[in-house]
Amino acid sequence: MTFDIAAFRAEFAFFDQHPDLVYLDNAATMHKPAAVIDAETGFYQRFNANVHRGAHQLSQQATQKFEYARDTVAAFVNARAREEIIWCSGASHALNQLAYGLIGTVLHPGDRVLISALEHHANIVPWQFHCEQQGVALDVVPLDDDHQLNQLEYQRLLALKPKVVSISHVSNVLGHIQPVAAMIQQAKAVGAITIIDGAQGIVSQQPDMQQLDCDFYVFSGHKIYGPTGIGVLYGKLPQLELLRPLLYGGEMIQQVSFTGTTLNQLPYRLEAGTPHIGGAIGLAAALAWLQQWDQPAMTFHKQQLLQLLFTGLSQFPAIELLSQRQNNAGIVAFNIKGEHHSDVATLLDQQQIAVRAGTHCAMPLFTAMGINGAVRLSLAPYNTQQEIELTIEAIAQVLEMFN
Amino acid sequence: MPKLSLLIEETAVVLRDIQLQQLPMLTQSKDWQSKYRLLMQLGKPLPAFDASLQRDDFLIAGCESKAWLLHEYHADSRRHYWSFDSEARIIKGLVVVALCQINGLTKDELVTIQFDQLFALQGVQQNLSPSRQNGLQAVLKQLCKQAGLAD
Repeated sequence: MTFDIAAFRAEFAFFDQHPDLVYLDNAATMHKPAAVIDAETGFYQRFNANVHRGAHQLSQQATQKFEYARDTVAAFVNARAREEIIWCSGASHALNQLAYGLIGTVLHPGDRVLISALEHHANIVPWQFHCEQQGVALDVVPLDDDHQLNQLEYQRLLALKPKVVSISHVSNVLGHIQPVAAMIQQAKAVGAITIIDGAQGIVSQQPDMQQLDCDFYVFSGHKIYGPTGIGVLYGKLPQLELLRPLLYGGEMIQQVSFTGTTLNQLPYRLEAGTPHIGGAIGLAAALAWLQQWDQPAMTFHKQQLLQLLFTGLSQFPAIELLSQRQNNAGIVAFNIKGEHHSDVATLLDQQQIAVRAGTHCAMPLFTAMGINGAVRLSLAPYNTQQEIELTIEAIAQVLEMFN
Repeated sequence: MPKLSLLIEETAVVLRDIQLQQLPMLTQSKDWQSKYRLLMQLGKPLPAFDASLQRDDFLIAGCESKAWLLHEYHADSRRHYWSFDSEARIIKGLVVVALCQINGLTKDELVTIQFDQLFALQGVQQNLSPSRQNGLQAVLKQLCKQAGLAD
């Protein structure tokens, strides 16, 4: 196993511009390697044209590149077919499409949807909104004392036979990895449609759709080295066919007259309007680039940093850790006793440590934990041991300043 | 004759002290540590809002930490007074910096104040995060509104 951290980090021009910055806000967005920037820029420089519709060669080339990007994503997640990959703007868009698309087609009054207490707002609010309007019940898997999903409660709520189960792979606040493989199987056993929010999971573990066997899986490009504004809704074909489109217009239509409209086939049926072509090409470049690196060695490096961070933080009695050390994808949420998380973040920012503070689009999780927010440190493989040491020193300085 | 509430009176005394003593120290402090250390101490002597004052109608929307602003107008002297509290020390310190420059002024005096300069502390304001900046803008807006000034 080899992972050359110096070589890996050198792929990111961002760090040349910010040599003194310790960037630990990777769960919010990741930096982009040259391969991604070059691919997206190169598209605009050399192949820019609209896809699927031009009567010229350039449009043909753009279409090829765009559809090849779909193939790359399909291969990355081990989809059964390229049509299982639907482009969207990100995980939030995909989850909104799913909630909207399943209401009235799969979900009817009296049905139930099951989510969890540690979901991102994007996997709560669309369900809440549509379920309430349609008289569909929304159940929530609660947390254990150690901030993991309570699996006994999950079993109990599955017994209520939800039609849809939508769970995140990795908590965006805590970093905790849910046992999604088992949870999917259990949900399928009661006949539920299964959705995995892979926004944070995708970058920690390359997902295998045929092995996981979920019905839907969503992720954002920018959280896996790709551009912003592009993401993926993966779905099995029969389940994608069930979805009522969220948006209409453009390539998603086959035939229009004022007496009726027929929709195009998958994947285009769910891709209204001109897609984010450059973004799709950039995302495919990110995935192709990522696969050139030794994944287990990279994961090992990130885990080493995580353990170093935990060890460093554990030496301060005033620090209250919300994240668990084990089964963690690379996120540490914490607070300093008696201090507000935003003060901690500001004092870290003064020392060039970029973190996020607040409720991280997961207010119900904080309500469940009984606190009003936290500081979040989220790691990426381009982070170094030295950066973790600097972070621990900076936190020691913050603690000293509060005294 | 309408009297100011005890909280507002106590706050006014503290704000005057801060304006005379701490504010010059803050503008003179060179490194970020001493600046922020002072800033975080600034709000401490201010009377804290109890649960009855941490009311939603005093809450400033748009702050990443909860922050409450109380305004009283003294009709006889035509002076405006404020008190403030926040969960976060830095926002409290920054708002105290602003308040000690405007507390107890009349509307005629307030119109001469450049509100957008109230937080202008060398090396502090420009380094605040976007969410913090938004919070401070929200406080400024509310201060202007309460003083009857166009923001």
